[in-house]
Amino acid sequence: MHEFDWSSIPGALPFLWDGMKISLLITAQAVLIGIVWGTLLAMMRLSSIKPLSWFAAGYVNFFRAIPLVMVLLWFFLIVPRFIETLLDFPPGSDLRLSSAMMGFALFESAYYSEIIRAGIQSVPKGQISAASALGMTYGQSMRLVVLPQAFRNMVPLLLTQAIILFQDTSLVYVSALADFFGAAYKVGDRDGRLVELLLFAGAVYFVICFSASQIVKRLQKKYHPA
Amino acid sequence: MNYQWNWGVFLQPSATGDDTYLGWMISGLQMTIALSLSAWVLALMLGALVGVLRTVPNKLLAGLATAYVELFRNIPLLVQLFIWYFVLPELLPPDLGNAFKQSHPVMQQFLSSMVCLGLFTSARVAEQVRAGINSLPRGQKNAGLALGFTLPQTYRFVMLPMAFRLVVPPLTSEFLNIFKNSAVCSTIGLLELAAQGRQLVDYTAQPYESFIAVTLAYVMINVVVMLLMRRLETKVAVPGYIGGK
Repeated sequence: MHEFDWSSIPGALPFLWDGMKISLLITAQAVLIGIVWGTLLAMMRLSSIKPLSWFAAGYVNFFRAIPLVMVLLWFFLIVPRFIETLLDFPPGSDLRLSSAMMGFALFESAYYSEIIRAGIQSVPKGQISAASALGMTYGQSMRLVVLPQAFRNMVPLLLTQAIILFQDTSLVYVSALADFFGAAYKVGDRDGRLVELLLFAGAVYFVICFSASQIVKRLQKKYHPA
Repeated sequence: MNYQWNWGVFLQPSATGDDTYLGWMISGLQMTIALSLSAWVLALMLGALVGVLRTVPNKLLAGLATAYVELFRNIPLLVQLFIWYFVLPELLPPDLGNAFKQSHPVMQQFLSSMVCLGLFTSARVAEQVRAGINSLPRGQKNAGLALGFTLPQTYRFVMLPMAFRLVVPPLTSEFLNIFKNSAVCSTIGLLELAAQGRQLVDYTAQPYESFIAVTLAYVMINVVVMLLMRRLETKVAVPGYIGGK
């Protein structure tokens, strides 16, 4: 039977915390880009200009059809080379990490855009008619009337997606970014304490994601008492 | 850009000599499909069971089922996979752990991946099954009980036949997810599609062709599964419900 030895964890905490900061940074960046780019995609998808709507539909369906691991490998291995040769970067400049982070955000945007599209569609049509009757342009009615209501309805879903996204960040492991999971794995591997470090990492993720999902549930009850 | 496109690379004999690079891709595709389908069977069986337990009036059983779902939903898939692959064999009784460690490496990777994906997905399936059961009109359960059925009989003959049909459309997306999530198993060295893609990049020095081919293979899986599920959805749709005839 395995003899547990947790002694390598306390000393490694600062290193693990650095990893956690990277995980949180990637999460924050992807949520931000996901919401902004996702909103634009959702508006394109619902637009009456066909090429825009086709582009958005193609983008979303494509990213939803392929695994995140593949996207990260693309943006870690292939895209940097392509950009470097295309823009004639000096050899030795390392785009790989920022590229992987960008790929992650572009991937998550597809999922955000679907949530936001549903949110926009949940606003009654009369609201847009009323806004145009008041003389607002399409942009104004979106910005001042539709989106504020849509986002209010979407808050719980956007937050739930952020929790999923935080879990997904562990996959940047394939791109050698030292996020929390990567840090835990490295410490465990170095000290021969993989069992303890992996269980510790699992427990940390569980506590964070479970508490966050409970908070979202409470918010949901407060805003939408069913 | 002076990249030399060469799609013919797939027909060249591979570095190991006994196969073409196309053969590598096909074996990766087979592994992805075998893994996803076997994990899906596990996910359906466990998910149906746990989903039903979440709706029963027994506090203990419902609580255990809820704990199960929360546990598998709040830990990243990659972490779960590493725990199944690296941690569990150490914690098993020595005989069993050693038997596992002495089995063929591919067998170890495949078993860990299958159990991991299966249990991870079962928690999501359970949520859909629970939602399906809860969406039934309350009168159905009461009618079953009023007719003298016991509670298990009411589930068996009244509620589940309806709930399982209602739950098919939402399960489609979980079924698609299991194929995509199987790519995570490349991290423990299982040679499925994504891992073969990486190998192709290393061996052929044709990164674009390799990754485009693998990406298209995933898109193809997605389209095929979607078409098959759509047929199943129309077949099991309940008349009178949205999506029914």
